[in-house]
Amino acid sequence: MTDILMPALSPTMEEGTLSKWHIKAGDTVSAGDVIAEIETDKATMEVEAVDEGEVAEILVPEGSEGVKVNAVIARLKGEGGLAAPAPKVEAAKVEAPKAEAAPAKADPAAAPSTPSGSPSPASGGGSGERVFSSPLARRLAKQAGLDLKAIKGTGPKGRIVAADVEAAGKGGGAKTAPTPARGEARQVLSLEQQGIKPGSYDLVPLDGMRKAIARRLTDSFRDVPHFPLTIDCEIDGLLAARAKVNAMLESQGVKVSVNDFVMKASAMALKAVPEANASYTPEGIAMHHHADVAMAVAIDGGLITPIIFAAETKSLSQISAESKDLAKRARERKLKPEEFQGGTFSVSNLGMFGIKTFASIINEPQGAIMSVGAGEQRPVVTKDGKLAVATVMSVTLTCDHRVVDGAIGAKFLQVFKQMIEDPVTMLA
Amino acid sequence: MAQEFDLIVIGSGPGGYVAAIRASQLGLKVAIVEREDLGGICLNWGCIPTKALLKSGEKYESLSHLKDYGLAATGASFDFDAIIQRSRGVAATMNKGVTFLMKKNKIEVIEGSAKLEKGAAAPKVVVALKDGGSRTVEAKAVMLAVGARARALPQIGLEADGDKIWAYREALAPKRLPKSFVVIGSGAIGLEFASFYRALGSEVTVVEAVDRIMPVEDEEVSKAAQKAFEKRGIKFRVGAKVTKVNKTASGVKVDIEAGGKPESLEAEVCISAVGITANTDGIGLEALGVTMDRGHIVIDSHCQTNVKGLYAIGDCAGAPWLAHKASHEGIHAAEHIAGYKSPNVHSPIAGCTYTTPQVASVGVTEQAAKADKREIKVGRFPFRVNGKAVAAGDTDGFVKVIFDAKTGALIGAHMIGHEVTEMIQGFVTAITLEATEEDIHGIVYPHPTMSEAMHEASLDAYGRVIHL
Repeated sequence: MTDILMPALSPTMEEGTLSKWHIKAGDTVSAGDVIAEIETDKATMEVEAVDEGEVAEILVPEGSEGVKVNAVIARLKGEGGLAAPAPKVEAAKVEAPKAEAAPAKADPAAAPSTPSGSPSPASGGGSGERVFSSPLARRLAKQAGLDLKAIKGTGPKGRIVAADVEAAGKGGGAKTAPTPARGEARQVLSLEQQGIKPGSYDLVPLDGMRKAIARRLTDSFRDVPHFPLTIDCEIDGLLAARAKVNAMLESQGVKVSVNDFVMKASAMALKAVPEANASYTPEGIAMHHHADVAMAVAIDGGLITPIIFAAETKSLSQISAESKDLAKRARERKLKPEEFQGGTFSVSNLGMFGIKTFASIINEPQGAIMSVGAGEQRPVVTKDGKLAVATVMSVTLTCDHRVVDGAIGAKFLQVFKQMIEDPVTMLA
Repeated sequence: MAQEFDLIVIGSGPGGYVAAIRASQLGLKVAIVEREDLGGICLNWGCIPTKALLKSGEKYESLSHLKDYGLAATGASFDFDAIIQRSRGVAATMNKGVTFLMKKNKIEVIEGSAKLEKGAAAPKVVVALKDGGSRTVEAKAVMLAVGARARALPQIGLEADGDKIWAYREALAPKRLPKSFVVIGSGAIGLEFASFYRALGSEVTVVEAVDRIMPVEDEEVSKAAQKAFEKRGIKFRVGAKVTKVNKTASGVKVDIEAGGKPESLEAEVCISAVGITANTDGIGLEALGVTMDRGHIVIDSHCQTNVKGLYAIGDCAGAPWLAHKASHEGIHAAEHIAGYKSPNVHSPIAGCTYTTPQVASVGVTEQAAKADKREIKVGRFPFRVNGKAVAAGDTDGFVKVIFDAKTGALIGAHMIGHEVTEMIQGFVTAITLEATEEDIHGIVYPHPTMSEAMHEASLDAYGRVIHL
């Protein structure tokens, strides 16, 4: 018998949902065959067989949630020992990533990742946030090499007790490491304690993405000193340029969106004002070489922020094609980890919902995030003091003050406004 | 018939009345059914009145040690009836307290005997009222807190008759002070009566079937306890099986068999303390199909029986037969009924025996740990080198602690000595909060107290004892 184990699709993955089996008992598989689809908090990925043989039994039914990494999910007949199927996606490239998708409710921020140069979170310490646990639970966790932060407490007020650590140890999950779950350690009164009666609501369980959103954005909003800067851009020139570009590219089936211009202009502006393309680390400010611009994509159950890497080097049509592909695969939860980990700046656009202005939450460790409102006709005062009508789009830059001071953010927005109002200047 | 109540609790002992109060705190409309006295056995015929008797005995006995303290008094005596009256008075005071608490928490007290019948959300409760007539009440949930009573063994003639053969009730409110007793059973109940009557000068022989007294305690404690009791003049027959209890003209003749040899013990009165039987008969459990195991109601981790809406707590739901276990289960069940989730169902339960000296313990014994093949570290500390104990002249006894060698978790604590029942809570807290040796070693124990022996025993387990 050869055991097929639940694979770790990313370095921080602890459990996943076995969403689909492509094999059944009696099937013959050979190495490289896609045998299952596994859904994590970030994405859905296909799993390939590494061994060959006849499928003896499927141990974890389709749709099972919370399957721990390294749990036996199926068995092949024949000899051989343990064999964890390799995920189709090579996830191990990412170095100690805080691999959770970020974003907030009405506020799509972007997907996080730890850029090279920023410190990887030390397991079991450093965060300073208290994890409530019993002394015995702490010792058992230490002896078993388990990370308390990854263990759910069942004691009073969610305190981690010895039985929780023992259960986690048996489940095989929660090995040392993952991102400190600082947001979750906060003590919150239960709904009952706050006067909402049990039975008066339905409880939707927290999936991995929701937990990641809650944790990362709570951390960011609380820990990053942030401030918003808003500027109005007149985009009639942009709309005219877009019409010309699209007319030219129509034959190739390419249709560039306003957002593609925003992505491109952001990237160009980041190159022009490199101080805005930076990350704060305790060792120093990481000045990024490229403008890797993440875009927030709303998907069922949350959002994710795939990245246009080195966007400053890409043409509008390239950006357009990449964004369409990334957004489509994001909605299908088929993004590879490296496609949403590692951005240096984010763009969140709620213009299509008619939102005028909003300020997103910083997507750590990025230094800033831009929130794009709707392009709408507004009265404007022209240079010669006359009232006129123009198509105006307000954008708000949320800055991490540790990296992007007010003047830097303002300079970035000036350049951005220049480029977006007169796209031809992007050629300069 | 409409549901008048959210919860009906049957039995108002320390399990039932506490559960009723908790449920009322959580906004439930609660009724409690009691066939006798509010407060149940514990308040009226158990824990509380025995403590009153034992205090009288202890104080009287201490008079014979006055010389040790440089004191003298002459003409010490006691008034047996007054001792019993005081004990009954204490019970009455506590009973009134429960009456007040029921009123304060707007819990309706229904006086009478309850019987269950098939119902909708939960079984119907039909109460044969004390004042005559009957009343049927319904609720969303019903909680059985019916307790237990002394076990009788009629096949060997061990059945309380109120005259020559006593169970706890007779022993608590006797009409005379017998000159001699045979106490059958060396658990907490048997030994507490042995301790009390010995303090007043009666001859007492305790018979135990197992080869040591207090069989649930750690062996070292059993041994030390027997020695301490023997010093006070109590005699023991361990490993002795009672074959027949015969009533004679002058009292009783108890036939025993020890080591294959038959023998007879004679006394004025025999006290039966051979365990308890759950009060599960005659309340309609069979007809409802309630799952039972050896006379006890089977419950899950939320104290639910297999019958919808029917909960059971305390003695009627199995060991340990202790008031504080019943209260704990009652609170948990009440919270569960009110839709709350409360953690720590399986908290450690300490056992206390209020003899002279007292015995208290929590967690596993050394023998149980070894039988489980657990690696353990054991520490001990005698009170004879504890400053406060020496000063107070309470040097009998010791503290023994058991740690899991691998994890450092405190898994057992055993104490014998003066007022150790008031100290055991320190170890209960430590185990409940899952303390390890490191935490306990780091605790600062006030000086001078007997509790320092708890610290020293914990240090001793790791070779760090200071005062030995």
